Amino acid sequence: MDKITRFTSRTVVLPQSDIDTDQIVPARFLTTTTRKGLGQALFADWRYDSAGQPRPDFALNQPAAAGCGILVAGHNFGCGSSREHAPWALLDYGIGAVISTGIADIFRNNSLKNGLVPVIVDADTHGWLLAHPGVEVTVDVDARSIRLPDGRTAEFPLDGFSRYCLLNGVDQLGYLLQQSEAITRFEKARAWQP
Amino acid sequence: MTARSLFEKVWDDHQVVAETADTPAVLYIDLHLIHEVTTPEAFNVLKSRGLPVRRPDLTLATLDHSTPTLPIRSLADLDALVGAPAAKQIRVMLDNCREAGIRMLDFDSGQRGIVHVIGPELGITQPGKTIVCGDSHTSTHGAFGALAFGIGTTEVGHVLATQCLLQRKPKTLAINVNGRLARGVGAKDIILAIIGRIGVGGGTGHVIEYRGETISALSMEQRMTICNMSIEGGARAGMIAPDDTTIGYLAGRPLAPSGAAWDQAVRRWRALPADPGARYDREVSLDVAKLAPMITFGTNPGMVIPIDGAVPADTGDASFRKSLQYMGVEAGKPMLGRPVDVVFIGSCTNSRLSDLREAASLLQGRKVSGSVKVMIVPGSQTVKQQAEAEGLDRVFTAAGAEWRESGCSMCLGMNGDTVARGQLCVSTSNRNFEGRQGIGARTVLASPLTAAAAAVTGRISDPRELLAR
Repeated sequence: MDKITRFTSRTVVLPQSDIDTDQIVPARFLTTTTRKGLGQALFADWRYDSAGQPRPDFALNQPAAAGCGILVAGHNFGCGSSREHAPWALLDYGIGAVISTGIADIFRNNSLKNGLVPVIVDADTHGWLLAHPGVEVTVDVDARSIRLPDGRTAEFPLDGFSRYCLLNGVDQLGYLLQQSEAITRFEKARAWQP
Repeated sequence: MTARSLFEKVWDDHQVVAETADTPAVLYIDLHLIHEVTTPEAFNVLKSRGLPVRRPDLTLATLDHSTPTLPIRSLADLDALVGAPAAKQIRVMLDNCREAGIRMLDFDSGQRGIVHVIGPELGITQPGKTIVCGDSHTSTHGAFGALAFGIGTTEVGHVLATQCLLQRKPKTLAINVNGRLARGVGAKDIILAIIGRIGVGGGTGHVIEYRGETISALSMEQRMTICNMSIEGGARAGMIAPDDTTIGYLAGRPLAPSGAAWDQAVRRWRALPADPGARYDREVSLDVAKLAPMITFGTNPGMVIPIDGAVPADTGDASFRKSLQYMGVEAGKPMLGRPVDVVFIGSCTNSRLSDLREAASLLQGRKVSGSVKVMIVPGSQTVKQQAEAEGLDRVFTAAGAEWRESGCSMCLGMNGDTVARGQLCVSTSNRNFEGRQGIGARTVLASPLTAAAAAVTGRISDPRELLAR
């Protein structure tokens, strides 16, 4: 995983509330056995019409969205299924952070494991971002905050361990493997065996 | 010692390393359920790092998501039935499990089925266990007083390699359900009402514990329906304290403990319910005495109304309008009487024997209406055999419904069982998201009784009226 300290990018806005992981990647794309190339499936049913042509009215298809690396979404982003294909698809497409007032637990966990920064902000900041698509925003993992073009900042919650892993590009499996002696001790000492 | 909730007891019992301000807890996992969709990349990571599966004996595999619901004679049939990518996914899963020595309930086992149906029916889902799976409906197993939740593929890799997960302790939400259910109203209606109340993000960051006299009176299969949809309220896990019903269900199941081990296990399980005075971060209470059958009208499970109610008035909210437009429904109008194209009875929410019996009680001696396609998919091959032993399959086929092999099927349409664009499907599954059952498909979530009523009348109908006839 790449190290992420801070980055600046323009935003693309999807104001819809409760965007679920079936929208982010429809289930028919989950028959893959690899995480690669899922960017093409991102928001497939919103991006393409029944003939497979891009829908011009969809935010990601508009010229201004080209190169945008931050997604601002309506309330409660990423609800539904546990498919890690959702953050894989966003990252493969080029999105490095998602901003909302709420992000579903499993999606948030999956994002942190892959270097997609889940940013939960207050309603005022969120409302301003929804109303100003395409602005440049800096996502600062180190400071646990985002910076808006007018210099305002808004903090977002990020536990110390997740922040450390993002800043250092640490893969959490490595950390868990270092606990193997404690795990063995636990297995031997427990009062019952599963 | 302070009074602890059911969740806290299970959590405390599995902390290999306690959490600190700087580091998450290392939580031990007692049972890892795996299926073909969310594991290939996890096995790839283990292989690329030369890591073995730490506890294949605590891992149980099946095939459910991409699998056909038409019978297959050999694996060579897969390509034609589900397409080459899904067929490859299944073969990769079979290879990975064979190489790692993981028990796989495959097409030949007779015990294959939806991952959240087979765990309980084999008796390997037990009170006090930690259970995970790369599937959000793992919350189902919480009905037994297990701490069970869905994880992503990276975490599947963590559990395969270390049998542990890094976790922050979630908050607790007690949902107290009281009141005696009216005839024709069941567990699915309760959980839809709860989600309508707390909203699809209402349980985010929490583990739910369902409590109260109504919950205590439910069967295990009904409790599973409730816990299954905890994730639809945003909670990764939902739990119910084990009691006589739980213990009675598990007794004698193939993978449940037996002999002296059973007695010891029961003693341990009896100590799991919350201590008097246990505290929860939040509490919500619901009286279900006057609850009607519930149905969804929109594109998430929180957009739900009593079957005899009306779609809420237009608030001007753009997401609400988009949802209604997708569904082809109007604000302020009833859902009752809308023509139905497809009825799906199945999924990890409602595909167990009691669900099929309920559906059969309405389909018995009746016919499926006109052009409605009705697909009934048992949750496992075991459920299928039990249903056939009771003659339920003949009730279904005589009525004009299709009776299939087990799997996730039309809940998410990965295996080719889909609903066509613009068609309305009354479904006993768990998600009415846009496109969930097929591109442009419109899903109305309901109980098995309400789904069966729609099959018979060809319209969204109140099952209580058919039950009264």
